[in-house]
Amino acid sequence: MKRPTSLSDLSRRDPAAITRIDPAALAPLGPDTPPATHPTPAAPPVTSAAAVELDGTRALVLPNPQTPEEEQRLVEAFLSGLEKLFSREDNWTFLQPLVLSMEHCAHCQTCADACHIFESSGEEDIYRPTYRSEILRRLYYQYVRGGGLLSAWQHGSVELNWPMVARLAELAYRCNLCRRCAQTCPLGVDNGLVAHEIRKLFSQEMGIAPKELHAAGSMLQIKTGSTTGMNAAAAKDNLQFIDEEMREKTGLTVETPWDVEGADVLLIHNAGEVLAWPENPGAFGVILNAAGISWTMSSDIAGYDSVNYGVWYDDAQFARVARLHAQAAKKLKVKKIVIGECGHAHKALLVVADRLLAGDLEIPRQSFLTVLRDIVVGGRLRLDPSRNDFPVTLHDPCNTVRLMGIVEPQREIIRAVCPQFREMHPHGVDNYCCGGGSGFAIMSSNTFPQWRAEVSGRKKVQQILDAFADCLDPSVRKYVCAPCSNCKGQIRDTLAYHDIWTRHGILYGGLVELVVNAMADVKPGFIEWEWR
Amino acid sequence: MTLVLYSVIAVSALVFTVASVRRAVWYARHPLHLRWELYPVPHEAPDRVAHGGSYFETSEWWRGDRPVNRVGEWMFMAREIALLHALREYNRPLWYRSFPFHLGLYLLIVATGGVLADAVAGMIAGRPGAATLLRGGCAAIGTAGLVLAVAGAAGLLIYRRTDPALRVSTTPGDLFNLGFFVVALGLVGAGLLARPAGAPGVWAIAEGLLRWDVTLQVPGLLAAGLVLSALLAAYIPLTHMSHFIGKYFTYHAVRWDDRPLGGNRKIAAALAESLTYRSRWAAGHVSSGQPASWADVVAANPAREEQR
Repeated sequence: MKRPTSLSDLSRRDPAAITRIDPAALAPLGPDTPPATHPTPAAPPVTSAAAVELDGTRALVLPNPQTPEEEQRLVEAFLSGLEKLFSREDNWTFLQPLVLSMEHCAHCQTCADACHIFESSGEEDIYRPTYRSEILRRLYYQYVRGGGLLSAWQHGSVELNWPMVARLAELAYRCNLCRRCAQTCPLGVDNGLVAHEIRKLFSQEMGIAPKELHAAGSMLQIKTGSTTGMNAAAAKDNLQFIDEEMREKTGLTVETPWDVEGADVLLIHNAGEVLAWPENPGAFGVILNAAGISWTMSSDIAGYDSVNYGVWYDDAQFARVARLHAQAAKKLKVKKIVIGECGHAHKALLVVADRLLAGDLEIPRQSFLTVLRDIVVGGRLRLDPSRNDFPVTLHDPCNTVRLMGIVEPQREIIRAVCPQFREMHPHGVDNYCCGGGSGFAIMSSNTFPQWRAEVSGRKKVQQILDAFADCLDPSVRKYVCAPCSNCKGQIRDTLAYHDIWTRHGILYGGLVELVVNAMADVKPGFIEWEWR
Repeated sequence: MTLVLYSVIAVSALVFTVASVRRAVWYARHPLHLRWELYPVPHEAPDRVAHGGSYFETSEWWRGDRPVNRVGEWMFMAREIALLHALREYNRPLWYRSFPFHLGLYLLIVATGGVLADAVAGMIAGRPGAATLLRGGCAAIGTAGLVLAVAGAAGLLIYRRTDPALRVSTTPGDLFNLGFFVVALGLVGAGLLARPAGAPGVWAIAEGLLRWDVTLQVPGLLAAGLVLSALLAAYIPLTHMSHFIGKYFTYHAVRWDDRPLGGNRKIAAALAESLTYRSRWAAGHVSSGQPASWADVVAANPAREEQR
């Protein structure tokens, strides 16, 4: 029997991983689906004998101190960040919820049963939502609240050293921040928030964050305008090309308006859609034009990319990008911003940034889901649902559903256009994360993609297969609707990894594509049944 | 001996009150955080609560009034407080132990309140004791409370020692806390059972406490139970067991705080103050070497500065 991983294991001086995924412990994927033939996460190539490992994969490039003095400096930088994390002036943004989560955990483990990563990993102790929180909690009592023998006895203690700090940094990136655990906590403790705050400590104090989120993410966005590196001119070119393709494909007039002052709607897409799934922004153009909506896109910096990775790891980066989004809208004097199919952009701009965008930056912000619901249910398009007469299931992106409460509009739309719609179980606010949340979907270094396909994305694959259990034969074409760019990317990767398209004929895509596919005025066959 | 008992009860009551208020004030004085709600939010419109929906489901949600469904919120709270609904829903094995424990505590609080009210009424009326019915009710409730609380705490203690997942995450403090309940309340129960005929019981002790009658001869076992129970009450708000305070904030101030900024002057004023706070974060993309206001941090664009 495997030895439980204790909290003290995180401080182990031995740089080897403190746990490894046991392939035999991974949950089976679903009915009639053989176990994956792929290997489980393997040890990453070790670049230095001293590099500290957590679980055999890596999300971060961490410093590799060579002397005790270097180690000490890094530990001191961590402690300095820890002090700031609990300071009013440095962390006013989340101090109250963080302190509450530090003070009131009853160690009851209710949260563990809600966590898809813990469950899918075969119940690896380090993936318990409480594991990383308990490390931070002990450090909080030791170093922020004064510590002492009585405190150590009451709250427990942990040895603070560089291996512990390094492993904690990695461990902050083994949580999707989906907050399903917080939803089940009887005391309201939020272990997802704790992971978020640990990420902030490392980013804001030590400059440690996954390169996909920071250097090639939010920094690239505030430099060029988009996390894709696409500048405004390239974005316009791409959309022009997409419009042409849409005209050809649908037979309708499609033109994306740019920088129209006074338009009703400033539509902001996740710019990744433009490059990876051009049919998605294309479908938006088809629908908005057909419905006669006054809309525009903005070529201002960040005005054409709704992505805001800061919401996952860094308050400064988050606030900067949110401000750029609001500024782009204000400059065009539009009536409102509408966010396209991107879950985290919804939560970032509509919810979290709500208490940042005051005064000159205050502007109404709305989800595309309610706009589309009004168009579809309001009868502004001629629809022929029989064109979507294939089994469809819906993935609920955590950011728009559990964290924002947008549950029904997407269902009203999908019921109107998909006669064979069926729910996943559980769904709505009780849904499971796709496994790509909080940036995982775009993090591709080392063996991380393999880890998220095998572990964090496993539950969603099970749910998808269960939803289509009555029609798993690959000759029956099936569609997973994922109205979020990151979820879509993750579902694409996990379906490909587990060979689900070949085995079961399950394709993925967005919501607007289903609507356009059902439009009677559009040439039939908008959705192409080809893997991409 | 009796003087010690009265003193410990009085000081403990004071510590409990001061520490509880202090903790609540500490939480309340934290700066207004960014929104971080979690759905379902029970004060949403009833037709939306059922599926966990929010006002974001309405078109142009920022227009018009946004009615707050207080009845829904109270119903949720009543169910949560009385039945520990979340635990029942998500961790049934623990609920089987925790629910009797909490129910026992609730009953003990009610019974203690009844005993004190009876003693106060007696003092005001100038005669000891009041309605027999009240006394009978309090005795029944108190007995049930003691049995349930001791059994529940013992059940939790055993569960923490035997369940592999709980065992790993349990600290010595957790075991001590549960043990404290078992011993303190168990001694009260044992003290009442072993009380010699004619010796003062809870009614006489409550009246004696209010009159500060130190001549009362309280049996040793019962006195020990009451002293420990009083110390336990003083200890609770100093620990994570003060979740009866924390939970108010985790729910009302975090999970359910969906107040939009639009037109809310209180939120706007809090934000304006927060933006004047000085950030000392040291990473290169946040800091320019000196503490800067959050307004300046947000307005900076380190990527473009790097480019220059």
